[in-house]
Amino acid sequence: MAATARHATTARLILALAVGLVLVKSLLPAGLIRPPEWLVMPFADWINGVFYFLQNDLGLMTLTRAFSDVVEWLLDVTANLLYGKNRWPNLGPIPWGVIAVTAFMAGYALKGWRLAALSGGTFVWIALMGQWQWAMETLSVIVVAAPFSVTLGLVLGVLAWRSASFERVLNPILNIAQSLPHFAYMIPVVVFIGVGPKAGAIVTIIFSVPPMIRMTLLGLKKVPEEVIEAGKMSGATRWQLLTRARIPTARAEILIGVNQVIMQCLAMVVLASFIGMPGLGQKLLQLLQALKIGLSVEIGVTIVLLAVTLDRLSKAWALRLPEHGHPSPLWLQRHRLLVIWLALCALAFALAHFFPCFLEVERKQALSVAKPIDALMDQVIRLIAPVTAWLRWFLITWVLIPMRDAYLWLPFTAVLSLLAAIGWAIGGLRSAAICVAYFGLIAMSGWWDRAMITVYMVTISVALAALIGLPLGIWAARNTTRAARVLLVCDTAQTFPSFIYLIPVIMLFGVNDVAVVAAVVVFAAVPIVRYTVEGLQNVPPELIEAANMSGATRRQLLWHVRLPMALPTMLVGANQSVMFSLFMVIIAAFIGTQDLGQEMQRALSSTDVGKGLVLGLAVAFMGLMTDHLILRWSEGRKRTLGI
Amino acid sequence: MPVGPIPCLKWGSSVTESVITCRNVSKVFGPNPARHLADLRANPALSQSGYVHAVRDVNLDVQRGEMLVVMGLSGSGKSTLVRCLSRLVEITGGTVTIEGQDIATLSEPALIDLRRRKMGMVFQSFGLLPNRTVLDNVAFPLEMRGQDRATRYARARDMLDLVGLSGRETYFPRELSGGQQQRVGIARSLAVEPDIWFLDEPFSALDPLIRREMQDEFLRLKAMMNKTIIFITHDFDEALRLADRIAIMKDGRIEQCDTPDQIVLHPATDYVAKFTAEIDRARVVHIGSLVQPLTAPVTGDPVAANRTIRELARQLVSDPRSHIPVAGPDGRVIGAVLRQTALDVLLGDGH
Ligand SMILES: Nc1ncnc2c1ncn2[C@@H]1O[C@H](COP(=O)(O)OP(=O)(O)OP(=O)(O)O)[C@@H](O)[C@H]1O
Ligand SMILES: [Mg+2]
Repeated sequence: MAATARHATTARLILALAVGLVLVKSLLPAGLIRPPEWLVMPFADWINGVFYFLQNDLGLMTLTRAFSDVVEWLLDVTANLLYGKNRWPNLGPIPWGVIAVTAFMAGYALKGWRLAALSGGTFVWIALMGQWQWAMETLSVIVVAAPFSVTLGLVLGVLAWRSASFERVLNPILNIAQSLPHFAYMIPVVVFIGVGPKAGAIVTIIFSVPPMIRMTLLGLKKVPEEVIEAGKMSGATRWQLLTRARIPTARAEILIGVNQVIMQCLAMVVLASFIGMPGLGQKLLQLLQALKIGLSVEIGVTIVLLAVTLDRLSKAWALRLPEHGHPSPLWLQRHRLLVIWLALCALAFALAHFFPCFLEVERKQALSVAKPIDALMDQVIRLIAPVTAWLRWFLITWVLIPMRDAYLWLPFTAVLSLLAAIGWAIGGLRSAAICVAYFGLIAMSGWWDRAMITVYMVTISVALAALIGLPLGIWAARNTTRAARVLLVCDTAQTFPSFIYLIPVIMLFGVNDVAVVAAVVVFAAVPIVRYTVEGLQNVPPELIEAANMSGATRRQLLWHVRLPMALPTMLVGANQSVMFSLFMVIIAAFIGTQDLGQEMQRALSSTDVGKGLVLGLAVAFMGLMTDHLILRWSEGRKRTLGI
Repeated sequence: MPVGPIPCLKWGSSVTESVITCRNVSKVFGPNPARHLADLRANPALSQSGYVHAVRDVNLDVQRGEMLVVMGLSGSGKSTLVRCLSRLVEITGGTVTIEGQDIATLSEPALIDLRRRKMGMVFQSFGLLPNRTVLDNVAFPLEMRGQDRATRYARARDMLDLVGLSGRETYFPRELSGGQQQRVGIARSLAVEPDIWFLDEPFSALDPLIRREMQDEFLRLKAMMNKTIIFITHDFDEALRLADRIAIMKDGRIEQCDTPDQIVLHPATDYVAKFTAEIDRARVVHIGSLVQPLTAPVTGDPVAANRTIRELARQLVSDPRSHIPVAGPDGRVIGAVLRQTALDVLLGDGH
């Protein structure tokens, strides 16, 4: 307690310093307002130097080329099978009916009719809408990248579990990797591999490995000691213990890792359109840039359906509990599903053989809902145009621009002191030092102004998201069925690749800052709602009963019992929300913002690795700092609450 | 003291081949256990945070075919001691010898081989592999030995028969009740026909009725085979029901290791005395353990040494003799019991 009080005093002193710096800004020397020249380090040049060394002197290029050749070969095989690209083994394309039937049966086997209908239906929709080729281009990358990531993640996870020192090295790397924006991964890949599907696949592999490592490690650590001891007493060697006891027992966590890999792959594949990856993402990007709303919605629906299907299928697989079968002497009886699947596949093949539309639905024959959507949207937009126009005007002139100017006006020393004060209040000297170090590095990178624009976009978005999300969460948590429904919606929304969120906002607001902020707000509100509901729902019922017995009104109950108890969980939501909005702000840069994201796009198009990584790390540092602060805060809260 | 301890465990049997021998076994958990143990030797009062001295200087001999029950309160080091015996944890000090072999010196393959041939273990929370069927769980140790599928399944089916679980081969552990899961654990530990059988609180996770049933089951199994058994429990009634000898542990030390009769009749320390205070001694003490050498000729029919005082209560009360002759399993009179002593035990006075 005494320590907390001392922290508060110190924090107040530093805060006073920050305020002082702001007040006397006009008197400050320039070096305290903008990071001075001598402070800016040529980080980008150093990184470029390292990359040049890796690429040319160390011959890493040949290694990456070799790896990418393997990936390319695999991509060609899947491309041939899925959409009939003219490559070995020249068997494809597999008729769409076969794939739809397979997805249907997989859904049925894993969960039952509803999942079967969803997954089968998704592929039927894709085929009928004439998007088969694009969807398969996207899928072929996932089919190749996901197994690579899973294997890589599994191996690294096992190594980290085996060796504590390896884990210690890996952990900070993973932290940074998971907070680097997508684009930061693309630039080095473009340098080493070039652009196109191959590069898209490789960037996807790299991007989706970290969660697999994390989940493998978590799963292996969670295996009950007695299971291991039982294995040892059964005379298992280390290898047997790992492959037959530990990994199978950690099955659920590992498969959740697989689920995350698949979802990360999808998110990345869609974005990899920026480096020339064909498929749904590229189509969507083109259509959005051409403002073809109806067609983008069609693609958007496809991506969403695909995401939900892949998520549900892999999650159903992960969460499936083993159940004993009824041993039957009949082979046919035991393999009923297999037989049905084979029969349906044969039927689909036969249909495709006789009717070409079952092999591929031509674009001309395809259904389309673009026209009606366009017409409808025209109506809607005409109807709400005054509102959106006013909102846009209001937000831009009265909120966004003043805020942005204010952020840019602040002396950087004042910002650093403010962060130090916050850090000190939450976690003492250590946290203050961490905050200053992260933002100090950003100041030294030479991108201070751009960074402040990103910070402003994130703060306003998260604030708005909280303003929407908190009441929504509190409202949803008032009864259990509603809570369950809202959680389902949030879960589903979280599986969508971030790109999708841009479609509706561009529809409503056009291409400008407001659209970006709107997209980020929606994206960032989801975790806030979700964790608010979860936090409020998980308040121990005894506490609520006790409060009720003391005659608390509903309002008192909410403010004095439920919200404080739920706060640590809600903070997790806030943390995710900040992370998501950082990512989204960067992605949304192509709509036209002037923040780090825009610079990153430039670095991407000029394949400037150094600049790209510096910008990426600047974003990562913002994320890591928030992460640190929120974590410390929630730990402190938990300790006081005794959870 | 009226009688000295009786060396033989089962009345009359006198096999005394030591299968497991512990000499000054110590186990310290912590960052640098060996250093801590050396420091402790120099300064026994030392207490350093971060270190737990779970087992302290245990000396123990377990005979072939004996059932030793280790008991003590939670945290007294029972599990750790047993894990030292099977080298699931590395011993910090002292030696554990199994059939004449110091297990600390075994290489990893040799240790694995020892476990594959000689040892079986049953765990408190079962330790079943959740994603394997019952049959595959039981066959697991055989699979580790590299036996082919047909033989190991045949053997596993036999084991499941033995524990009364046939018909459940294709079930998964989570589909079974606690008692059934523990039966699977028992079947698995018996699959390799171990000579030494460790059971770490096998029935504690079960509710009382099932526990009782499992104890009966266990006694049935035990009667069918001749194994050296180390059984952990913190339930004294369970210990008394099952044990040939009981080792009572406190803070990592063995306070007393003796037959149930001796423990209730002659507790070695106050702690053991307190532990046994609540026990109805007449149910535990066998008349044989009260026997004194014959000083004068006795008359009349002898009573069997392996009957408890409670079982003989009626006769003890009505018997007119002051010295009652006692016969060993072969029917020969091995001595006599002072009726008064027996009555004292029956009525709970004397100590
Ligand atoms: N892996 C370990 N690391 C550190 N300390 C341990 C470890 N295992 C056991 N201990 C400590 O050793 C002491 C003895 O533990 P042990 O599990 O042997 O007790 P027990 O008699 O089996 O208790 P219970 O009846 O609760 O199972 C305890 O204080 C425990 O905290
Ligand atoms: Mg124990």
